[in-house]
Amino acid sequence: MATVYVDNRPYTMDDRQNLLYGCLSLKMNLPYFCWHPALGSVGACRQCAVKQYKDENDQGGKIVMACMTPAAEGTRISIEDPEAVAFRRAVIEGLMLNHPHDCPVCDEGGECHLQDMTVMTGHDYRRYRFEKRTFRNQYLGPLLNHEMNRCIQCYRCVRYYREYCGGGDLHAFSINHTVYFGRDKDGVLENEFAGNLAEVCPTGVFTDRTAKQHYTRKWDLQMAPSLCVHCGVGCGTTVAERYGSVRRIVNRYNSEVNGYFLCDRGRYGYEFADSERRIREARGNIELLKAARGGSAIGIGSPRASLESNFALRRLVGPERFYAGMAPREARLLALILEILRGPARTPSLREIEESDAVLMLGEDLTNSAPRMALSVRQSVRQKTLAGAERLRIPRWMDHAVREFAQSDHGPLFIASAGATRLDDIATRTFRGAPRDLARLGFAVAHVLDARAPAPHEIPDGASEIAGALKEAARPVVIAGATLGSSSILRAAANIAWARPGTGLAFVVPEANSMGLALMGAPALGAAMQADGDTLIVLENDLYRRAPAEEVDRFLARFRHIVALDSLGNATTQKAELVLPAATFAEGSGTFISSEGRAQRAFRVLAPPAPIQDSWRWLANWGGLDEGIAEIAAALPQLAAITRAAPGEEFRIAGQKIPREPHRYSGRTAMLAQISVHEPKPPADPDAPLSFSMEGSPDPPPAAVTPFFWTPGWNSYQAVNKFQEEIAGPLRGGVPGVRLFEPVEGAREFFAEIPQPFEPREGEWLVVPIPHIFGSEELSRESPAIAELAPPAYVAVNRAAADQFGPEAEMLGRRVPVRVASELPDGVAAIPAGIPPFEGLELPLRTPIRRAS
Amino acid sequence: METPLTQNVHPVAAPPDRGAYERAGGYQALRKALREMTPESVVEEVKGANLRGRGGAGFPTGLKWSLVPKDAPHPRYVVCNADEMEPGTFKDRVIMEGDPHELVEGVILCGYATGADAAYIFLRGEYKLAAQRVAQAIAEAYEGHYLGRNILGSGYGLDLYLHTSAGRYMCGEETGMLNALEGKRANPRAKPPYPPVVGLFGKPTTINNVETLSNVPHIVNHGAEWFRKLSRSKDGGTKIYGVSGKVKRPGWWELPMGTTVREILEEHAGGMREGLRFRGLLPGGASTDFLTEQHLDVPMDFTEVQKAGSRMGTGTMIVMDDRTCPVGMVWNLTHFFAQESCGWCTPCWSGLAWAERILKAMEEGKGQPGDLERLEFQTKFWAPGQTFCALAPGAAEPLQSALKYFRDDFERHIRDHGCPWADGGAG
Repeated sequence: MATVYVDNRPYTMDDRQNLLYGCLSLKMNLPYFCWHPALGSVGACRQCAVKQYKDENDQGGKIVMACMTPAAEGTRISIEDPEAVAFRRAVIEGLMLNHPHDCPVCDEGGECHLQDMTVMTGHDYRRYRFEKRTFRNQYLGPLLNHEMNRCIQCYRCVRYYREYCGGGDLHAFSINHTVYFGRDKDGVLENEFAGNLAEVCPTGVFTDRTAKQHYTRKWDLQMAPSLCVHCGVGCGTTVAERYGSVRRIVNRYNSEVNGYFLCDRGRYGYEFADSERRIREARGNIELLKAARGGSAIGIGSPRASLESNFALRRLVGPERFYAGMAPREARLLALILEILRGPARTPSLREIEESDAVLMLGEDLTNSAPRMALSVRQSVRQKTLAGAERLRIPRWMDHAVREFAQSDHGPLFIASAGATRLDDIATRTFRGAPRDLARLGFAVAHVLDARAPAPHEIPDGASEIAGALKEAARPVVIAGATLGSSSILRAAANIAWARPGTGLAFVVPEANSMGLALMGAPALGAAMQADGDTLIVLENDLYRRAPAEEVDRFLARFRHIVALDSLGNATTQKAELVLPAATFAEGSGTFISSEGRAQRAFRVLAPPAPIQDSWRWLANWGGLDEGIAEIAAALPQLAAITRAAPGEEFRIAGQKIPREPHRYSGRTAMLAQISVHEPKPPADPDAPLSFSMEGSPDPPPAAVTPFFWTPGWNSYQAVNKFQEEIAGPLRGGVPGVRLFEPVEGAREFFAEIPQPFEPREGEWLVVPIPHIFGSEELSRESPAIAELAPPAYVAVNRAAADQFGPEAEMLGRRVPVRVASELPDGVAAIPAGIPPFEGLELPLRTPIRRAS
Repeated sequence: METPLTQNVHPVAAPPDRGAYERAGGYQALRKALREMTPESVVEEVKGANLRGRGGAGFPTGLKWSLVPKDAPHPRYVVCNADEMEPGTFKDRVIMEGDPHELVEGVILCGYATGADAAYIFLRGEYKLAAQRVAQAIAEAYEGHYLGRNILGSGYGLDLYLHTSAGRYMCGEETGMLNALEGKRANPRAKPPYPPVVGLFGKPTTINNVETLSNVPHIVNHGAEWFRKLSRSKDGGTKIYGVSGKVKRPGWWELPMGTTVREILEEHAGGMREGLRFRGLLPGGASTDFLTEQHLDVPMDFTEVQKAGSRMGTGTMIVMDDRTCPVGMVWNLTHFFAQESCGWCTPCWSGLAWAERILKAMEEGKGQPGDLERLEFQTKFWAPGQTFCALAPGAAEPLQSALKYFRDDFERHIRDHGCPWADGGAG
C-alpha cells in the first residue's frame, strides 16, 4: 500500500495499481472512458487527466493520465487543479465534436457513461460550428444494435471483443477522427460474448437489440437481483421489467462469479418469459393436487427449478416418493461429482479460474457448455505473461504494454475433447478422442503426477507434458463435466486433482440447479419409471427432453392423474390433466446451487398476475420463501448453509424495505389510470426484503439484495464502482451467495476403473452430444433472438465419414443433414445437444448411421 | 570539406554496387568491428563520437544502443526507420537511392553492437526506387557474406529484411512502426516499456534513422574524434541539410553539423527567388516551429535551434516567402497532421480535426472572432505528455509559431473575411 496525496490530503492506495484505480476505489469522481476495470489502462481517451507534482514544493506540476500513472508511495496529485479541470473539459468537448444530439431517442440515454462524464466535467455548450462526421451502421445480428455516429473512439469495444474475448470479426478501421468500429461487412457478430458490448460501450454505439423491441429507460425499470437460469455456472443478473413484461437483462456484478460479463445466452435468453407458449392459466381440477397428499402420488423434480420448489414437491409427496427428474446417467454423474467434491480438491470460483496459471479441460467445449467459465479460462492463459511482464516492471494494468510484451505467448492450457472447441485458438495443445480415450489421457496425467494413481497400459502422448505444466503451476485447475456423459472423465479429473494437491477442480453441470437437486439426493428418473402411484406430479420438467419419447409415453400412461407445473407449455404439460402456471425467473424467487457449489438467491422482479405463482407456492403452504428455506435447512443438513445466501425477508434498512424501482421511476400514479384513477397499492412481497416500489432507504443494500447499481452522477452500469470495496473487488457487504463445499483434509483413494481404449466398430457410431450455446438449453431457445442463432438438427462426423455419407444421413429412423467436424475421431459422430428431434436421447449411444437413400 | 555520408552519391548515375562500394572502402568498418572490436567497444566508439539521432529527436545514438540490457533475451532486433514521411524531408532518400550499401553496413554494425539477430528496414511505401536499390544492396550483402549466418567467419550472424510500408505518417513514430511491422494498426505504444526492453515482437529492439546508421561505418573506420571534428558544434559529424520552397536552388547538401541557417539558405540554396522576400522557415520538417529573419545566424544543430525556440528536426527546411499565405501554409500542414492522426488519443484526433476546420474557414473567409484563441488553446492542449505520442505536439509547432510571428495575417483573415493572398498572390 502507498500513501498518495490527492489535493493535499493523504490517502491509502494499492501501490500495485494506477491512480485512476486508486481514486475510483476511494469513491472519488474522476471521469474516464477507455479504461475499464476488466480491460486495464491504455491511455487513449485522456479523460482521467490529473495534475501531478514532483513534491510538496512543486507549484507547477504537470498533467498526467491517472490511468497510466502508478499509485507509487508519496505521489502527489490534484484532481481539482484548474488546468486539470480545463483539460478534462477540453477532452469531453473534443469527444463531443461529432456526437449526435440524439440522447432523447438513444437507447443509452439515462444510463450513458458519456452523459455522466459530460455532466461531471461541466461541458455544456457546443462551440464547434462545423459538420459532424457520419457513418453507415451495420447489421450485427439479433443481439446488438449498431449506431456508429455516436462513437467517441475509446476503443473499448475492439479491446474487449478482440483482446479479452478472442473475437476476430470486429475491427477498428480507418484513422483520425473517422475510426470505424465494425465488421468488414454486415453480419452476425461471431463471438459468444459480443452482447457485453452493450455495457462495455460507454455510449450508444452498441445497444441491446432485444431490449429495443420493448424499450424502457433505466429509470423507469423495476429491477431485481436474479440469477441466470440457462446453465449451471450461476451468473448474477439484473432482471428489469415494466408493465409486467421483462424488458432486458444486464450483468449483476459478482467478483467471484461473473465479474463484469455475461454470455450472450445469459443476457439474451430472457424473452421466453413473455413467450406465447407461456402457461398463464390453470387447466384442470386443482383438487387433484390436494388429493396427492394422501401418499398415492409420486413427484418428479427438476434441475431447472429452485431448491424451494423441488423441496416443496418432495414435502408434498414424501421424501421416498420424490425423484430428481434427471436422466439416470446424468444423475449418476452428478452423484459422482458430489462424491468427488467431498474430497480434498477445491471447486474454484470463476475468479480463481481466471487467475489460474495452468488449465486442463477434460471433455468439455466450455464455450458451449458453461460459456462464462470459458471466458475466465481465456483470461487464465495470460497469467504466465502477466508474471513475465511484472518481472520487467510492467504493471499488470498497463494492458497494451503487457500484450505487446506477451505477443502470442500464452498458456498453458490443454484441451482434451471429442471435437474442436472455441478455446482451441489459445490452447497450448489439443487432444481429440472418444470420451474413454480422454479419460485414459486424464488417468495417465494423474499417474505421471503421482505414481500411486493407477495408469492405463500405455501412457498417451502428451500426458507428461500436461502433468509437467500442472506440477509447475502455482494455481492449476482441471475442468471436466457431465456433457459427454462419461463418469470415467470425472474420475480421471479427480485423480489428477488429488495427485497434484492444490489443483482446483471445476465441474460443468448441465442446468441452473443441477447441483442443488443432486444435493437433495433423490433417485433419478429411471427409478421413478419403476415406481408406482396413482398420481404423477411433474415439476418444471419436460420429461420428453430426459428420455426417449416412447419410454416417456409408456411411463405417463401408467398414471391415472398427471399434474404438471411449468411456465411454458411442452410435450409433458400436454399430457397433464392438471397444468399449473409456474413463475419464471422473473416472477419467482428461490435458491439455486451453482456448479461451484455456491448457493445463491434469485428474487422476482414482478408479482405475476394470478394464478401464475412460484411452483413452491402451489405445492407448499409456506407463509413466504424464508419458511421454505428454514425447512430445507432443517431437513437437509447438507443444505443448511443456504439460509446465509442472502438476507431474509425481515431484513430492513432504517426500518424500510429495499426499493426495486429507482427513485426517478415515473408514471407510478398514471400507469394503470385507464383501469382506475386510484393508484393501486404496490403488491406485497412476503419473500424478500425488497419492495415493489420506489420508496425506501437510499442507502446501499447488501450485495445479494442489490436490485440495481445507481449513485448520484453515475447513471450507467459503471455505478458499480461505487458499490465495490475496491475496483473489481468484492461488493460492499460481501460476495453474494455462500459456498457449500470446501475441501476436506486428507488424501483420497484414487479411482482405479480405467476404461479400455475406444475401438471403432464397423457400421456403428458412437454418438456424442455437441452442446450449443444457442439452442441446446430448453428455455433460452424459446427466446426469438436466441432461436435465430440456434442450429438445426445435424449429425457431425469427420471429413472421411462425411464424404462417405454425402449431404444427408439416416440415423435412428430420421434423415439429418451431415456436417463436417474435421477433428472428430474415427467412429465418433456428434449431434447437437438438446435440439429436436434428438433432445430426449441419452447420450452417448451407439447406433448405425447410413447414407440417406 | 569532408562529406563522408554522401561521398559515393552521384546525382544521376546508379549507386555503387557491392564491388564499387568495397573499392571505395566499403565494408572495411564491418571487417574491423568484427575482427578487432567487441560489441561494447563499438558502442563506446559511437558514444564518443557524439552521434545524435538524425530522425529528428536527436537522442544520443551510443546511449540508445547501450539501453539493451546485457542479459536481454534473444531474438533481438534492429529496426531502421526509413519511413521518411515528414513533409519537406528527403535526406534519407539521398542515402538509400545514392549509397544503399552504406546504410546496410550501418545496420549490420548496429546489429553487432547490440547483439541483434535480425534487422528490418522499414521503408516509406512511396520510395519505390529506394526499395529497389536497398533490396539489391541487401541481396549483394548476403552474397558477400556480410549478412546471414557467421558473417565473414566471425561467428556473428544477422538477417536483414526490407519492409515497405503501406503508407501512414504514424508509421514513422517508432512504436507505431513496430506495430505496423507486426501487422497491426500503426498506433503508438505506451512508454515505458521502451523498445530496447520490449520492442518488435515483444523483444529488445534498437531503432535508428537511416542517416544515423549511415554515419556508423565512418565512425568505426575513422574513430570518434575524427567524427566529432567534422562538426562545427558539440553534436558530432556532418548533416544532410535540405531546403525546399521558393529559393533559387532547392536541394540538399552534406555540411558540417552546426552550419548556420543563413549559410545554408543563402550560399547553398542561393537565397530567395527574384522578387520574393524571405518571411520564415520551418527548420526541420513540418513539425517544427517557424524561425524568422532574426534567427538566420542560428547554427543548425540540436541544441542551438532549440534555444531559438524551434527544433532542428530532420534538418530539411521549408522556406516561406512573402507571397505565400502563412494561414494557407499552416492550414495545409494541419490538414496533413489531422489526416494522419492515428485516431488513438482524443486531443490529437479531435483537436486536429477542429483546428483544421478553423484554418480552412479562415482561408475561406469564414473565420470568426475567438478562432485564434481556440487555435492557441488547441496548441496547448497538444502539449507533450498530454497526448499519447509526439504527433500532435509536432503539429502544434508550426501553428503556435505562426500565430506568434504572423498574427497580423491571421487577424486580417478574420477581419477582412478572406485570404489577402487569394487573388493568385500565393503564386
